Amino acid sequence: MTQTRETVETHYHPASAPDYIPTPMLKKLQLERLRAIVQRAYDNVGLFRRQLDERGLAPSDVTCLDDISRLPFTVKHDLRDNYPFGLFASPMQEVVRLHASSGTTGKPIVVAYTAADVKVWTNVMCRTFSAVGVGPSDIVQNAYGYGLFTGGLGAHYGAEGLGATVIPISGGNTDRQIMVMRDFRVTAICSTPSYFLHLTERAAELGIDMRELLVRVGVFGAEPWTDSMRRHLEACSGIKAYDLYGLSEIVGPGVACECYRQDGLHFFEDHFYPEIIDPQTGDTLPQGEEGELVLTTLSKQAMPMIRYRTRDITAFITAPCACGRTHRRMRRISRRSDDMFIIRGVNVFPSQVETALLQVEGTLPHYQIILTRQKGLDEMEVQVEVTAEIFSDKIGALEQFEARLMDSLERVLGIRVAVRLVEPHSIQRSEGKAKRIIDKRNA
Amino acid sequence: MKIQQLSLFLENRPGHLIEPMQVLAREGVDVRTLSLADTAQFGILRMIVSDWLKASQALQNAGYVVKVNEVLAVEVPDRPGGLAEVLALFQAGSINIEYLYAFPFGRAGKAVIIFRFDKPDEAIERLRKAGVNVVDSVEVYNSGMTA
Repeated sequence: MTQTRETVETHYHPASAPDYIPTPMLKKLQLERLRAIVQRAYDNVGLFRRQLDERGLAPSDVTCLDDISRLPFTVKHDLRDNYPFGLFASPMQEVVRLHASSGTTGKPIVVAYTAADVKVWTNVMCRTFSAVGVGPSDIVQNAYGYGLFTGGLGAHYGAEGLGATVIPISGGNTDRQIMVMRDFRVTAICSTPSYFLHLTERAAELGIDMRELLVRVGVFGAEPWTDSMRRHLEACSGIKAYDLYGLSEIVGPGVACECYRQDGLHFFEDHFYPEIIDPQTGDTLPQGEEGELVLTTLSKQAMPMIRYRTRDITAFITAPCACGRTHRRMRRISRRSDDMFIIRGVNVFPSQVETALLQVEGTLPHYQIILTRQKGLDEMEVQVEVTAEIFSDKIGALEQFEARLMDSLERVLGIRVAVRLVEPHSIQRSEGKAKRIIDKRNA
Repeated sequence: MKIQQLSLFLENRPGHLIEPMQVLAREGVDVRTLSLADTAQFGILRMIVSDWLKASQALQNAGYVVKVNEVLAVEVPDRPGGLAEVLALFQAGSINIEYLYAFPFGRAGKAVIIFRFDKPDEAIERLRKAGVNVVDSVEVYNSGMTA
């Protein structure tokens, strides 16, 4: 502890106090809050009450933290089935805010906040910014989308709550983003990692070297990204890139975040209780084993979530963090169980493709995975944009580059897949979450 | 001596050749000669144009990846065996011909061939010693007007 004292103090903000609660106290607090939230959900949410009654359980059966594993899971379709307000635990006059997920298929998911919930959300986002060294003297460009998406307002309240100067620029209008970043002397930026990549590229096209700007910290979330992508972003922009995790079902951004050590994401465990389960059996896995993340909101009033299955695959990091925070960490999430597809019997995740591509020198992480079905078999093609660095006037050189990409993909995925070089800028740039997979299998 | 050749990456799909040509048309740049090397998936368009710097900037602004390479315009006797004689100079030794393509304007019994050598300076030296004329770049860039 003593050797980390200095770094703790230089990164310390009063809002971060709960990050350092001694573990026994934290557990006591969690149990108290868990019992209260289970009672609240039982009293106010029909679905949860029916599920407990079916199991012959009562809220009072939760007597220790391990009892949580006896409670039923909540899954995404529970939210869809109860669209729009069926899982609320507060009357509408107490609800001060609604957000909704983008809802790629069918109806969106609606989530609600009381004034107390917004306060908790602000608090965890303050602690997020504080953990990555952002403070009152920072100028924060918030390029998360404002609106029904939780990213924009979540980051906004957090940075503002910390006393930083917030520029609520929202997503899009890339040239203006770059102008603002330079002219307003921005020191920290929030966006999806793919949008920040787009910003650095566009800046370079405009003749602006982002490494010469004052921006030093990026807080990136809302989509899975890899360590290779982090290294790439840091190298071409000169910032420190931090991972932020959250999902609207739980609160939005601010469920967990990296500290300045960049070594796993600390949960804000005083408000969100994490478990890792075997996605097949639903059993709780031993500490350190990889599985699906399940989250329980410990303090959410308007819409408590009990054992919500996130579909995100990760593992707890069992060793304590050198930053001094007592809250548990998880490994970065680079894949979701529902992102996975199967090609010739092999499980493939988009993050593996990203890792493989970035291992080949000269590749930018602009790629897309095209899935097709040919004669009943699923086929996968990875489209990669040609960059000035790798382009040659010689066919042979480009074919060799293609072969290097295929070899790298084969090493990572274990199967040989097609690679197609495409023109620069031909893969659509995203201002929010990047679309990595084009699935034409059922077209 | 050496000529600046522009290369462009193009996807091998219908309609992909016209766009760079439209960019050059807008800039008033003439294409002196070109060659399209293609695979099943992509092509490389190589061009000699009247103003390579202007063309290269315009194409890059239009979002293309453009490479500028040095090539040689070599005069070859326009008779059977003419090209073979020039190629014979490079049969042995350390200079490689990456590719070549024809130039539409010849003169007085001579054809002009664009050569991409891996070592253009050494190639010039060898061609000179053998008495083969390497066409001056200014002549090539302005060829449409003089021929």
